[in-house]
Amino acid sequence: MKVLVAVKRVIDYNVKIRVKPDHSDVDLTNVKMAMNPFCEIAVEEAVRLKEKGVASEVVAVTIGPKAAQEQLRTALALGADRAVHVETEERVESLAAAKLLAKVVEEEQPGLVILGKQAIDTDNNQTGQMLAALAGLPQGTFASEVVVDGDKVQVTREIDGGLQTVELTLPAIVTTDLRLNEPRYAKLPDIMKAKKKPLDVKSPADLGVEVASRLTLLKVESPAERKGGIKVGSVDELVDKLKNEAKVL
Amino acid sequence: MSILVLAEHHDGQLAGATAHVVAAAQAIGGDIDVLVAGENVAAVAEAAARLDGVRKVRVADHAVYAHQLAEPMGALLVELAGAYSHVLAAASTTGKNVLPRVAALKDVSQISEIVEVVDADTFKRPIYAGNAIATVKSDDGLKVITVRSTGFDAVGESGSAAVESVDTVVENSQSSFIKQELAQSDRPELAAAKVVISGGRGMGSGENFKLLEGIADKLGAAIGASRAAVDAGFVPNDMQVGQTGKIVAPELYIAVGISGAIQHLAGMKDSKVIVAINKDEEAPIFQVADYGLVGDLFEILPELESKL
Ligand SMILES: Cc1cc2nc3c(=O)[nH]c(=O)nc-3n(C[C@H](O)[C@H](O)[C@H](O)COP(=O)(O)OP(=O)(O)OC[C@H]3O[C@@H](n4cnc5c(N)ncnc54)[C@H](O)[C@@H]3O)c2cc1C
Ligand SMILES: Nc1ncnc2c1ncn2[C@@H]1O[C@H](COP(=O)(O)O)[C@@H](O)[C@H]1O
Repeated sequence: MKVLVAVKRVIDYNVKIRVKPDHSDVDLTNVKMAMNPFCEIAVEEAVRLKEKGVASEVVAVTIGPKAAQEQLRTALALGADRAVHVETEERVESLAAAKLLAKVVEEEQPGLVILGKQAIDTDNNQTGQMLAALAGLPQGTFASEVVVDGDKVQVTREIDGGLQTVELTLPAIVTTDLRLNEPRYAKLPDIMKAKKKPLDVKSPADLGVEVASRLTLLKVESPAERKGGIKVGSVDELVDKLKNEAKVL
Repeated sequence: MSILVLAEHHDGQLAGATAHVVAAAQAIGGDIDVLVAGENVAAVAEAAARLDGVRKVRVADHAVYAHQLAEPMGALLVELAGAYSHVLAAASTTGKNVLPRVAALKDVSQISEIVEVVDADTFKRPIYAGNAIATVKSDDGLKVITVRSTGFDAVGESGSAAVESVDTVVENSQSSFIKQELAQSDRPELAAAKVVISGGRGMGSGENFKLLEGIADKLGAAIGASRAAVDAGFVPNDMQVGQTGKIVAPELYIAVGISGAIQHLAGMKDSKVIVAINKDEEAPIFQVADYGLVGDLFEILPELESKL
């Protein structure tokens, strides 16, 4: 079975972002970029499936600018066999990403597609579900456990009240939650080897998909700042403040 | 304009989130219908009919909608969406699971987790873990939107909308429900609680969360946690507050042994009053806390419990 993993290049999760002075967007110049943490988990899961003999091949795919090839090389260093880069300099909304991924799914015919549950830049949490709908496949979102069994997969999902397990027919779409696994680090020899692994570049036009969207980003602002509070010296003072100043007790 | 709100419900009960989503629908303006889909959901439909501002409640009661699996729920909404200008759901794990399917099949974008309605086409939503607020305008004919509950005050419950049944039954051979393990708790729901007390890695163990329980009992609080505390296995995942967990905005949030990573702040910084208890006076959590108390939580918590 072939496993396809979608990885997105995003701002490193440790970076504190700045809004551009003209409020047109977030300022990403000279900001450290990385693979979306949920995508790292997706790659790890795919590679583990291969190590267990469940997957025969792991293909990583990204949609994004030229620089996004760095993230594909990371995926290759982590154990993916080959990569597909859908190259575009345009802003790609989740719907367009899902349409492009659906085309790649059509070409590659994977048994399982693993995505992150959410990209930490847009915080959209949509692409996997949209891909599932467009490809006509079932979905197991927010996965904390994935067990492939013959032509089915059982996915344990992190839901608001606890955990839910569903069984899906393959091929299926899975999106990862944080506790699915702990991703490994790439070792230097693997990083060297990754440079020689195949990486195929396509354009959205090659796939016959229009990237433009009917969603316009009008403005980006910083959230209202909380004004710094005070330090209290004792539990008594804290209780007093909460009762008499904040009036929340 | 006409708006379809997907009702959130669990265990045969309407969840509080729905009243917040209806409030968002009111901010958009227009006729508001609520869809209740599930199995044996008559009581949910009755509760939904009492929400203020609702024109009618549409009930799809059938085994195929049991457990609200994404595939049949998405297909049902696609069938019904044609009559509406907006489809709304809570930004819960159910809403997030189902709505993007509807958007994709209708070939429109989804606008996730709105916190404000500017007008019927324009919405505000947090991005980058809430470190920026985007204003987005949609030119799609149908707007598919998830709503962050903390952004909208719940509507009242003095309505009496008509309830009608929906006969649409869809097929689903792709997914099936196996099991569910839900946390049992007598405490208020995290997202709805007036007071939340959360523990982080500093709690040291799951056993030590008992120190929070006594205080939570006295304050009628829900108990939350940081991801580090969940990852360490101290408490289950449904207690996680943050960018990728639950978003809360109670009257009072007490963070204990939590450093204040941006991903945690994303889930609680809209709380009205924030208290931080941490032994490290440099911990970033103090930058958002109204009242900070520097010290060892193992000394502070028992004292706090005795003085409440
Ligand atoms: C993609 C992604 C998503 C994430 N999503 C979330 C999320 O939704 N929610 C979330 O919380 N995190 C999330 N995180 C993790 C986040 O980055 C932090 O790692 C996490 O919040 C840290 O938890 P913590 O504050 O409990 O632990 P730490 O950062 O280890 O802090 C522990 C604190 O306890 C204090 N302490 C220790 N002992 C005592 C004592 N005896 N008395 C008093 N204080 C004490 C220490 O001084 C320290 O400040 C996410 C990370 C990633 C990469
Ligand atoms: N441009 C992209 N390229 C590759 N994968 C993507 C892209 N955008 C989204 N994804 C995938 O979809 C997941 C969820 O993203 P989102 O729905 O945008 O929050 C990500 O973790 C990726 O796995």
